[in-house]
Amino acid sequence: MSDTTQASPMKAADGTPLKKSLTRALRRQKLRALALIAPLLIFVLFTFILPIADMLFRSVENQIVGDTLPNTVQALKAWDQASDEAPGEQVFRALSVDLQVAAELKQHTRLGTRLNYENPGVSSLFRSSGRGADKIGKDFQDRLVELDPAWKEGETWATIFGTDEWLAAEAAWDADRAGKQPAFRMRDGIDEALPLTAHAYQVFVKDVQGAGKNPATTKPWRVFYDALSQDLGANPDPASAALPSAQATLIAATSTAIAGDSFSYKDAFLDMDTGWGAVSTWETIKAYSAPYTAGYFLNAVDLEKGADGIAVRPPEERIYIKLFARTMWMSLLITVSCLVLGYPVAWLLANLRASTSNLLMILVLLPFWTSLLVRTSAWKVLLQQQGVINDILVWLRIVDDGNRLVMINNQMGTIIAMTHILLPFMILPLYSVMKTVPPTYLRAARSLGATPWTAFWRVYFPQSVPGIGAGSILVFILAIGYYITPELVGGTQGVFISNRIAFHISSSLNWGLAAALGAILLGVVLLLYYTYDKIVGIDNVKLG
Amino acid sequence: MKLCSAFLATTALTLAAGSASAIDLTFVSWGGAYQNSQLKAYVEPYVAAHPDVSVVWDESSSEAVAKLRAMNEAGNLTWDLVDVTIADAMRLCDEGLAMEVDFDTMLAPAPDGTSASDDFGDLLLSECFIPQIVYSITFGYRNDVAEWNGATPTSVCDVFDTTKFPGKRSLYKGPLYNMEWALLCDGVAKEEIYNVLGTDEGVDRAFKKLDSIKDQVVWWTAGAETPQLLADGEVVIGSTYNGRLFSVIAEQKQPVSMLWDAQIYDLDGWIIPTGLPEDRLQAVKDFLFFATDTQRLADQAKFISYGPARKSSAPLVGKHQELGIDMAPHMPTDPANATNVVMMDFPWWADHRDDLDAKFQAWLAQ
Repeated sequence: MSDTTQASPMKAADGTPLKKSLTRALRRQKLRALALIAPLLIFVLFTFILPIADMLFRSVENQIVGDTLPNTVQALKAWDQASDEAPGEQVFRALSVDLQVAAELKQHTRLGTRLNYENPGVSSLFRSSGRGADKIGKDFQDRLVELDPAWKEGETWATIFGTDEWLAAEAAWDADRAGKQPAFRMRDGIDEALPLTAHAYQVFVKDVQGAGKNPATTKPWRVFYDALSQDLGANPDPASAALPSAQATLIAATSTAIAGDSFSYKDAFLDMDTGWGAVSTWETIKAYSAPYTAGYFLNAVDLEKGADGIAVRPPEERIYIKLFARTMWMSLLITVSCLVLGYPVAWLLANLRASTSNLLMILVLLPFWTSLLVRTSAWKVLLQQQGVINDILVWLRIVDDGNRLVMINNQMGTIIAMTHILLPFMILPLYSVMKTVPPTYLRAARSLGATPWTAFWRVYFPQSVPGIGAGSILVFILAIGYYITPELVGGTQGVFISNRIAFHISSSLNWGLAAALGAILLGVVLLLYYTYDKIVGIDNVKLG
Repeated sequence: MKLCSAFLATTALTLAAGSASAIDLTFVSWGGAYQNSQLKAYVEPYVAAHPDVSVVWDESSSEAVAKLRAMNEAGNLTWDLVDVTIADAMRLCDEGLAMEVDFDTMLAPAPDGTSASDDFGDLLLSECFIPQIVYSITFGYRNDVAEWNGATPTSVCDVFDTTKFPGKRSLYKGPLYNMEWALLCDGVAKEEIYNVLGTDEGVDRAFKKLDSIKDQVVWWTAGAETPQLLADGEVVIGSTYNGRLFSVIAEQKQPVSMLWDAQIYDLDGWIIPTGLPEDRLQAVKDFLFFATDTQRLADQAKFISYGPARKSSAPLVGKHQELGIDMAPHMPTDPANATNVVMMDFPWWADHRDDLDAKFQAWLAQ
């Protein structure tokens, strides 16, 4: 009897097992708690975590090459860069089509900008070649339209590539222009019979529909004529696709007519710009053809992707490692000087009479309320060679007029100005921790026979360590991210890595490199935080 | 009944006012004296004639490219007309962020009937860029330096001569301008500068020349720094935009003189961002037609010492609005000042700027 009662689980009032009921109640509680913090969580997610994730993603993202030159990248796979010769006709054929499509979409210059980061000069190569490639398309257009004026009509191309249903739906949409345009449907088998043209046509439809126009009545792109000639050259009898008879006849006639034509794409491109004959141009395109790249990260640590693997950059281009090291070292110096200057002030604040310490507190906070730029400019006025401090020293005859001290536009300027700016971030946590240390402890130590130094060092100091930890972390992390102050007073030797990040974000627009530098900086901070946690323990940090 | 009709009338008036297509345009410029000259010369007369248009300014030209790219990615364009330098305009055009402009249909011809594209001539360097002013980067020096024993710099190469002209110099913290001057003073012919700079040896040569004064240089990033440094006596000679030097000399009456030798021309002008809705685009086009005509460009020179970009505007340049001095001798394009001018090769810089900048920063850090 007793066995059976023990075996069956305890039940709640509604008959469900107690354990289940309890977990459900707990889960409900947790959800309620979560709902309370949900606004903050969502806010942080959208304004902080997602942007950072997006930024980190940019440091590896490189889809632009494959998206803009899909056929070229494919054809380039067969190219042997060790041959020390520009690729052959096949690659230039693909390039011609890709470049014309890209020029229609105005994307070729964008790609040029991207590749110019890796290989200076590519930018103008792409800019000038967009127009040149259009000229190639025009020659093919003239040839085909001369054979049959039907090629001039958007209708002809739409009938070849679109299904009959899509054409009917598109015509119906065009009649009243209401609602969404029908999605493009490709005719069965046409993308195998005429692959290049079919691809270009798809891009065309997307672009034209995006602009709210009907592809069947829009002037066809010139690239179609080039692509079609190439497709017919590779496959002179594409009758396998079930085309309406009029179009099938047109294609067959065109195919026969152009069968004897010959055209060297490579020569045309080399005429346009000799840069296309340079092996380095093609190496760059090939090296950066994958959708994701480590190139930005390599660049951020002074490496580069050469023809044979990863190599260190030449000495005159190495800069980032040096800047990272300088940022760390100077931030550490600033943290230490903040601590040395801030500790006595915080002690005074915590131990003086309330009225005096309030006044002192206002003095600490006053610079905090002044604009950062004003404070930095004030330091300029004080520290420069014709500035206040130098003038006083010369007047006191401590320094000679010809040998005024150089205190700004170097590391010293950065350290002085930033120590001053970051000082409140050290004093405030120190103060709030010191406030909690009862003054009786020191008195007790003294009455038990300790010297003032022993009383301070063995009794007071250990209790202020959590404040030191909090203040130091705060100051250090703020310091490594600073860029306005170093930019204004740092000269050449006192600038930080963040100055280069700002430069790449707003001036050079190399956002990928900026993201990689930022990601490394973030990684270093997290690593330092982890080390701090291991050595000192993060529980030992108190802001009050 | 009376009250009711009065109410109806008011409503009708309000409705009428609302429907008279009032339009707010956001123009982006550099702030300061330059933006003020645009306000006085272009915007105030235009708004006076078109009361339904109102203009809001955004002083973001220095980071226009980055911001336009971000707006484009976010799909939320809030600017209607942006003032940028030619180098930035070329980048915006390359990225498809600036609209291509048909100069002859969109801009007014010169008073004598010359088409806009002929009137602007060689200055139309990008399909997206409507030039407004020609300014130059040039040197100013203090004319009261005792150590110079009465000598005054007459050539840009005097900047590199620290024995004859001792003292600190201020130079732009980047490869632009400095590389050209360094090569020029190292004996490279003006036409050959960019050919030489395109080679590794040429870059080394320029750096070697700059090495000779490196420890005497204060590097600037904002155009206002050199005038301040000159006024404080922190430097004795420094490069900056000619308009900034004009205000130090003519407005603040500091003991500073101009050294026009080997000034480097640069252009500033308008671009229209891609993707404006039709009504705003029409309003912007209408404004541009007015604001870039011959008289308006000449009017701007009343407020700032930058040369108008149209050939037909040059004879119309008058006196400074407040100072009452003749502006023509202060224009970088004035024949007396333009005896030795370096033309910047903008497409060349578009290709090599990032690369040279990396090298320059590495050189600075050494």
